[in-house]
Amino acid sequence: MGGDLLTAEALAAGYGPVPVLHNVDLRVPTGTIAAVIGANGAGKTTLLRALSGMLRPTAGRIVFDGRDLRGTPVEQLVRRGVAHVPEGRGVIGELTVAENLRLGALWRRDRAAAASALDEVYQLFEPLARRRRHLGHQLSGGERQMLALGRALVGRPRLLLLDEPSLGLAPRVVAQTMALLRQLCDDTGLTVLLVEQNVRSALAVADQGIVMSLGRVVLAAPAARLRDDAELRHAYLGF
Amino acid sequence: MDRFLFLTFDGLSRGAVYAAFALALVLIWRAGRIVNFAQGAMAVAAAYVAYSVTAVTGSYWLGFGAALLAGLLLGAIVDVAVMRLVDHRSPLNPVIVALGLVLLIQAVLGMVYGNEYLPARTPFSRSALAVGGTPVLSPYDLFVFATVGVVGAALVWIFTRTAIGLRMRAAAFAPEVSRLLGVNVGGMLTLGWALASGVGALAAMLIIPTELGLHPHAMDLVFVSAFTAAVLGGLDSPPGAVVGGLGVGLLLSYVSGYAGGDLIPLAVLALLLTVLLLRPGGLFAPVTARRV
Repeated sequence: MGGDLLTAEALAAGYGPVPVLHNVDLRVPTGTIAAVIGANGAGKTTLLRALSGMLRPTAGRIVFDGRDLRGTPVEQLVRRGVAHVPEGRGVIGELTVAENLRLGALWRRDRAAAASALDEVYQLFEPLARRRRHLGHQLSGGERQMLALGRALVGRPRLLLLDEPSLGLAPRVVAQTMALLRQLCDDTGLTVLLVEQNVRSALAVADQGIVMSLGRVVLAAPAARLRDDAELRHAYLGF
Repeated sequence: MDRFLFLTFDGLSRGAVYAAFALALVLIWRAGRIVNFAQGAMAVAAAYVAYSVTAVTGSYWLGFGAALLAGLLLGAIVDVAVMRLVDHRSPLNPVIVALGLVLLIQAVLGMVYGNEYLPARTPFSRSALAVGGTPVLSPYDLFVFATVGVVGAALVWIFTRTAIGLRMRAAAFAPEVSRLLGVNVGGMLTLGWALASGVGALAAMLIIPTELGLHPHAMDLVFVSAFTAAVLGGLDSPPGAVVGGLGVGLLLSYVSGYAGGDLIPLAVLALLLTVLLLRPGGLFAPVTARRV
């Protein structure tokens, strides 16, 4: 442990001539959960896309595990140990559950390790094992969530980037997902950066809260402080 | 009745080739949402390669293999050197570029080989074997059925059972997610073009000897027929392409047998028009979800 797995310095990015992110700094220590929170249009999704290289940053540095991540092709990201679960979860509806999961492990050279990772995911998400042959678009929202998360996990990532994991899910499923993330961090040393509108459930499991507003990081503080300090909450989160 | 039987088998044999050619169109459509209007010309180019190789070596089969290889290679080249550079924001752009490619390929072939029909050999006899006194199928027809069957089965196997096939399907359905999962989406697209163009070359090798012979325009009408077959089956559906191909083959065989060969182009266009008017999504169109 110790040290930051991911840091961003003075990161700027945007779509065409429209800048969205300005001068974003953040650090995510190894084995912790960081929750990026903020209103619609604060630049949370853009931040994730810039971090994973889907959107080329216009300025700044991204360092993952001591090495600059910029210039790494998106295809190479999983091989470096970064998994990005995009908004809407990115389950491929035309493929079966088994095919979606297999896809997450295809890049791995070590077939035996990939197979055992697949088995683990089926154990972790028991409903997926029952629906192996079903197509992605036949799954419920909660099952899609499991599939997207499971598909990221078969790649045994060190850093998991999650975009709105709670979107459209029942509160109980959201709580289960968050608890699972916490458990994975504590047990396996996984590092998670998640973007969330559901502030309460995100802060309930996160170590660090990163508040964004209009493309800037306005506050980065321990999640416990954001949770418990009413004044801070009023000022930055509006409740 | 004899005539009907003969026309049916002849139609199925031609239909098998249309099916293969339509399948090639469907492959590229699924991979990149492009209708490859240059496919006929590309396939003819591969058939000319076969002609040259056979002329030099004297072996039909070496020429046949060379055509398939040339088809694969030409498909990959067209994707990397041409289609990749086209702005895909308007669906019309790749269509115009493909049509330009047709002119270019046919002009080059005409300059190198001349704009006249060259004889094309078949590896097996084309005279129909009689069953109970009725001529039905020729050995060459059987060869066509077997080849198209093997290629179809191989494609099914590649796409449903292999890792590369899974990657190709994923890259086609969800390019962005696939990249995040480590799939080389551009490479898969090129592979799709190569496979499709290889299948197209095979279809050209099978059908050109049954018509007037090798000519830069030899596949023009075949392309229109196969395109109709692909639209009939729904451009997105490989089984639809096969059914559509066999259907178009039968229709054209009956039209030319009972009404006259001159009517074939008219019949193809009439069918295409009917399909587009009555069921533009094709017979096998999947239910499309509205994207919001």
